Amino acid sequence: MSNPVETHWSSLMRAANGGDEGAYRRLLSELAPAIRAKIRAKAARYGLSGADVEDAVQETLLAIHVKRGTWREDEPIRPWVFAIAGYKIVDQMRRRYRHAEVDIADFTEILPAQAEPDPTTSTDMDRVVARLTGRAGEIVRAIGMEGASVGEASQRFGMSEGAVRVALHRGLRKLADLRASMVA
Amino acid sequence: MRTDDLIDTLAADLAPRRPLSAALAVACAAGIAATLALFLAGWGPRADLAAATESLRFLAKPLVGMLLAIGALGLAVRLAHPGAPARGWAMALAAAPLAAAAFVALELAALPARAWAPALLGENALVCLVSIPALALPMLVALVYGLKGGAPVRPGLAGAVVGLAAAGVAAALYAVFCTDDSPLFVATWYTLAAGIVAAAGAIAGRRWLRW
Repeated sequence: MSNPVETHWSSLMRAANGGDEGAYRRLLSELAPAIRAKIRAKAARYGLSGADVEDAVQETLLAIHVKRGTWREDEPIRPWVFAIAGYKIVDQMRRRYRHAEVDIADFTEILPAQAEPDPTTSTDMDRVVARLTGRAGEIVRAIGMEGASVGEASQRFGMSEGAVRVALHRGLRKLADLRASMVA
Repeated sequence: MRTDDLIDTLAADLAPRRPLSAALAVACAAGIAATLALFLAGWGPRADLAAATESLRFLAKPLVGMLLAIGALGLAVRLAHPGAPARGWAMALAAAPLAAAAFVALELAALPARAWAPALLGENALVCLVSIPALALPMLVALVYGLKGGAPVRPGLAGAVVGLAAAGVAAALYAVFCTDDSPLFVATWYTLAAGIVAAAGAIAGRRWLRW
């Protein structure tokens, strides 16, 4: 526990467990580049592209969120984070080889160039989010893709903020399940 | 979706978390209760139970079953927490086979060689092979369900280990019903039955414990 990053992250997560949303956002923002670096280092060995790396990063963040009950406050947090990242990168590889019939990357030289995409964008996540049905799906899309706040979503859909949070929670769990079912 | 937008979305969903250990404890208690109820309904203790409890051979049977259940449950909890060290519990799980081996050694020393084969074959081998997996099933279902809230990095292994835990509880109960007390019988048929349950657990883990 003497490692400063370890101490810092675990104190942020403890604060998040106590309901501190700011600490949680900060933790996830700091975890993202660390996870990205870790996954990028492994990506070459697994033959994954840059877009795959970001897919695995987002996958890992979503898993950290849904499975944060599996981190015990008296355990170090970095092995937990990186074990989840390691599991998710293997998933990403499986998914890549399963859906490898036509990889657009093979045609980049003959396809017209498109505007340079944001490197921290994942199209895989968009595809799964699009499959979310019902109000939960609408709310995940409004908050996740259009950047609406919980308050704005509550006005737009005529729901209380509490109901928006419940629907968001349900939608994110469903999202994680859908992602997992795409590998199995 | 941009990663920063995902982070904002996840932060907006900061509901109180449910620690996995609590969910697993509930699943474990429910599983033991269900398996015990099934045992009492379909099997029940043998008629000479009071006399049997004075025999070391008899007492060794539920002891090995309980050692297996405790070691496997402890290891399963570790396996459900990503990055948690599991070595200590993996060694604790070895206590059950080591104890069984020690009882086998004592039995081989106590019995003349011509009595070994009848002791090993016993009278209830097939009953044992069917009963332990049957009794383990409710416990296995409960534990796999409980582990769904966990995050096993090796789902198949986690499933196999909860299979062993369920087999341990089932074996400890079945031991009270069965009249074959020789460690030679137990080491052979109970082990085979536990292997069946562990294999079923591994398949269930690969199927249902991915996340």
